[in-house]
Amino acid sequence: MTPPPPPMPVEVRYFAAAREGAGLTGERLDVPVGLTAGGLLALLAGRHPGLAPVLPGLRVAVNERFVPAEAALAAGDTVALIPPVSGG
Amino acid sequence: MAGVGSTGADPRSFEIVRAPIRADAVLARVRRPGCGAVVVFHGTVRARTGTRRVRYLEYEAYEPMALAQMAAVADAVCRTHGLEALACVHRVGRLEVGEDAMVVAVASPHRAAALAGVEAFIGRLKREVPIWKKEVFEGGAAWIGTPDDPQGERSTPTGAAP
Repeated sequence: MTPPPPPMPVEVRYFAAAREGAGLTGERLDVPVGLTAGGLLALLAGRHPGLAPVLPGLRVAVNERFVPAEAALAAGDTVALIPPVSGG
Repeated sequence: MAGVGSTGADPRSFEIVRAPIRADAVLARVRRPGCGAVVVFHGTVRARTGTRRVRYLEYEAYEPMALAQMAAVADAVCRTHGLEALACVHRVGRLEVGEDAMVVAVASPHRAAALAGVEAFIGRLKREVPIWKKEVFEGGAAWIGTPDDPQGERSTPTGAAP
């Protein structure tokens, strides 16, 4: 019997409306190996119900680059929740 | 590295600051002898959004990514429009009505490129650079661009930036 792979650590960062919705600026989480960016969003939405209104329009950046929802995460990734931006 | 005192400063420069922006310093970063056109754009805090009277704005940035995205957008815009220099300084924190939130300066040999280039850079910055503003108005507050803020400029909702 092969033991299940250990969970992988990721760093999550919340900004702007996502920060207010989650009620924190960031957290370290152990997530299942092979989890995608979209899968992480679903997991975070479950942990932080206050994120629900922010989910439409939310983009995800991994290690400071935008990624599509199907992108697989790797151990040690920094994942940022990017609500619609409004600089300038 | 900015080549202080060398032949021409770094043609691209990006900064996120908390203190008031000195526009003359941003302008100085792009001036160069080969460029007959320099455009300096100030994005300032408006007193009204629609019917709301603005008290102040709170800007927030994901700084390392914002600087990297500014550089990537500037590379593309400078290439497309033939700009020789581009500098952008964005301020974060609390800003009062009338203050500069952003100053962008571009330089090119002739004016058409500079005018079109500054508009192209700002247009992409507003979609691709992780900076946010929260408008605090009389009777409430809203993050501009979020689904519950119909007044804001909408961002590309999903997927990677083009």
